[in-house]
Amino acid sequence: MKVLYFAWVRERIGKAQEEIEPPAGIATVGELMHWLAGRGEEYASAFANPRVIRAALDRTHVPPETRIGHASEIAFFPPMTGG
Amino acid sequence: MKVLLQTEGFDVAAEAAALLEERTDVGALVTFTGVCRGTEAGEPIAAITLEHYPEMAQAEISRHVAEAERRWPLLGVTVIHRYGRLEPGDNIVLVATAAARRQDAFAAAEFLMDYLKTRAPFWKREERPSGSAWVEAKETDDRAAARWSRRPSEAAE
Repeated sequence: MKVLYFAWVRERIGKAQEEIEPPAGIATVGELMHWLAGRGEEYASAFANPRVIRAALDRTHVPPETRIGHASEIAFFPPMTGG
Repeated sequence: MKVLLQTEGFDVAAEAAALLEERTDVGALVTFTGVCRGTEAGEPIAAITLEHYPEMAQAEISRHVAEAERRWPLLGVTVIHRYGRLEPGDNIVLVATAAARRQDAFAAAEFLMDYLKTRAPFWKREERPSGSAWVEAKETDDRAAARWSRRPSEAAE
C-alpha cells in the first residue's frame, strides 16, 4: 500500500511517500506505525512520540485502533495548522 | 458549494459578488479572510510556507461544507485555501457563507473556520530571522472545534 508523510514526519524520514508491504499480523494503523518506527533511525525519530502523530486512511482521519483492512493509502502527519 | 485549493491570491469582493449573483433570497453574506501576519510573539515573520495533502484537503473541506449545509439553511458557500509560500499581508483562506438570516451565515462561517484550523490537512512552516520552524497546532483551536460537537442544548449553557 502507499504511505504518505507530511511536514516534519516527512523531513525526519527523508521521503514524502513510499510503497510498503506490511507483514501479516499488522492489522491496525497503530500497529503499522509501530512497525514503521522499527525500520530505521529516521523512522524511529519521526515516530518517537506516537501520540502526537495523526493518521488518515484513504484520505479520512482515523484513530490508531482503526483496522487497515483493504485501504490503499495511508498518511502520517503532525497535528494540522491550516486555516 | 465551491471549494478551491490554489497558490494564487483570491479576490474577496469577486467571490462575494458571485454568491449574490442573480439571487434575491440572500439576506446575509459573511466573508472571513485569513491573512498572513508579519509578526509572531514579537518576532518578525518573513514568510510562511503551507504544505498540504491535496486529495485529502479537497475531500475533507468539501465534507465540512456539506456538514455546514446540513446544519444551517445556507444558500451558498465558498471556501478557498491557498498553499505554497506566502508573505505577510497575503490572504491565506477565504470562507464565505450566504443565508437568508445573519445568524446562520455567521455560525456556519465560524464552524467552517474552526474545523479548517484543526482538520484540514495543511501544515505551516514559518521563516523568521532566528530560523525556519514548523508552526505547532494550538489547543485553543482544538477546543473551538470541539464545541461544535456538543448537542445544541449543551452548547447553549
